[in-house]
Amino acid sequence: MTLSGPTELEAVAAEDGLTGAGLDPEGDQAPQAIQGRSLWSIAWRRLRRDKVAMAGGIVIVLLVLIAVFAPLLQALYGQDYQTLHQTDGLLDPLDSMPKGALGGVSGAHWLGVTPVTGQDILTLLMYGARTSLIIAGLATALSLILGVTLGLTAGYFRGWVDLLISRTMDVLLSFPTLLLSIALITVVGYISGAEIVRFEIIIFVLGFFGWPYIGRIVRGQVLSLREKEFVEAARSLGASNLRIMFREIIPNLIGPILVYTTLTIPNNMLGEAGLSFLGIGVIPPTPSWGQMLSDAGQYFQIDPLYLFLPGLAIFISVLAFNLFGDGLRDALDPKSGR
Amino acid sequence: MIRFIIYRLLGAIVVIWIVSVVTFLIFQAVPLLSHTNPVYFYTGKVPFKPGSPQLKALTHRFGFDLPLYAQYWHYLSGILFGQTITDGVSVPIKCPAPCFGYSFRQNELVGTLIAQAVPVSLSLIVGSAILWLVGGVSVGTISGLRPGSAIDRIGMTGSLAAVSLPIFFTGPVLLLIFEYTLGWLPDVSYAPITQNPVQWLRSMILPWVSLAFLFAALYARLTRSNMLETMSEDYIRTARAKGLDRRTVVIKHGLRAALTPIVTIFGIDVGTLVGTTVITENVFNLRGLGFLTISSIQQQDLPIILGVTIVAAVALVVANFVVDILYAVVDPRVTV
Repeated sequence: MTLSGPTELEAVAAEDGLTGAGLDPEGDQAPQAIQGRSLWSIAWRRLRRDKVAMAGGIVIVLLVLIAVFAPLLQALYGQDYQTLHQTDGLLDPLDSMPKGALGGVSGAHWLGVTPVTGQDILTLLMYGARTSLIIAGLATALSLILGVTLGLTAGYFRGWVDLLISRTMDVLLSFPTLLLSIALITVVGYISGAEIVRFEIIIFVLGFFGWPYIGRIVRGQVLSLREKEFVEAARSLGASNLRIMFREIIPNLIGPILVYTTLTIPNNMLGEAGLSFLGIGVIPPTPSWGQMLSDAGQYFQIDPLYLFLPGLAIFISVLAFNLFGDGLRDALDPKSGR
Repeated sequence: MIRFIIYRLLGAIVVIWIVSVVTFLIFQAVPLLSHTNPVYFYTGKVPFKPGSPQLKALTHRFGFDLPLYAQYWHYLSGILFGQTITDGVSVPIKCPAPCFGYSFRQNELVGTLIAQAVPVSLSLIVGSAILWLVGGVSVGTISGLRPGSAIDRIGMTGSLAAVSLPIFFTGPVLLLIFEYTLGWLPDVSYAPITQNPVQWLRSMILPWVSLAFLFAALYARLTRSNMLETMSEDYIRTARAKGLDRRTVVIKHGLRAALTPIVTIFGIDVGTLVGTTVITENVFNLRGLGFLTISSIQQQDLPIILGVTIVAAVALVVANFVVDILYAVVDPRVTV
């Protein structure tokens, strides 16, 4: 950061034609000129200038659209993932591998069909996006609810409440969580093999073991925010604890929470894919990218395209979230000078 | 200092104890909630009819009719002091401390199975840790010294891409390229380093690279931001102003300060990996702790899962402990 050059705020303001926009005709360096611009509009302007982050954002929007409209897209495309094309000439009867050089790519099946079962890969990928986003989104929401509530409570009330919550977070963070999640999933899966339970237990495991991370961030911020003058002002006006917590403190935490959310979703997508890859995540016939990769691992010498397609799907989606989250963090950080 | 160490040591013991209780309870819940005789999870079958006197005798011999705390104490005392395992028919097996019980499916002591798996996992973790530390820190340092340069942009975009690549994708792709297409590594089956170091290296190189890839990216980003922060400190300017050459300033003053937090995270990451390299071991067919976990989960072999989880927890807690102590030594500001 340079002290002599124009600051980021001024640079943004200048670019938006704000400096001296009819307010102060004499001084185009005047700080009054940028008054009234909220942190959010500044952040949005900075984010819009960050082409890489915007590209990530566009991919995320596309991904969500694909997931939401998967049934419609499937109907337009004319194929579905449930149909097994085992006997209609798409698979080689000798080794059950798709016919053709590129894993059975054809006008009817744009990305080919899977070996042995002969399912359409494009529709599997579209529904896989659905699985991935639903699980990652809900797991992140669970971490957020738990982490923000408990972090806020710990930081605001301090004392023994803080001690209890902080120690719980410490213990959870030093647990071998992957092994415990695997153990929990196995246990619940054994008790009830129903698919819907699997979905819920994966969301629970990913979300529950994730809350201490956001909890720690929130607690730290609240510890310093609660000493600020505006909180004191609210208290002296007679505001209740709940009002101060949710109306005064939380709005100041939206930034870090938003950044954390966009960076946790891709982690949970990888988590779901990893569990499904190991065979303890989503069960067939529900499509999942991780499960497709695990299946493709058996045939990748003969049918490498089947390996690359779900791999690229995971890579592109996770990268998009990471790029967007990174850009968002820079845009919201008043100190960053990018 | 002594007080600090004792305080941390007690904390570490408490965490290990909590993990052992929680894991034990989770696996106690399985037979209870699924209305299956616990004998099934130890032997793989329930040899007698429910309610028959033979089954009752068997349940009694395993100790499943005891109250929960007694069963837990039995397990814990086995780990602490060792025990003798007997099924009442064959010759009793001596199981010295730490005894994690006996797997009737594998006909082997759980401790022996873990001891066989540990060298594989350690080979994987240590090798790849060296790779990612060296790779990540060098990329991060170069990027951090020239922020905004072409090298920095390539390094940082590359590392963000690497973070987004799961091992279960990079692993098979590496195998496809180097084992099948190029044929450079025709046989990648594991051999212990003591028996065949060349084959050991050959079997480990791809797992090392794919595991290290992910961590190197995280370390590069972290080193870069630490380096940027450190290099703008006043003492760096002082060091430069008194005429030290750039090399000395960067290495002795900059890197040393920038690396302190990296060392902390490195210790914890290595500790976390013990027992959790499930996916890497699965992709490359390495019979380490992660492989042992997954195969015992598929066979519902409870004693093994319980044992591995506790070993992993101990590794993680020990790593945390060592890092805390090291940090207190390095940074005099840390107090209890």
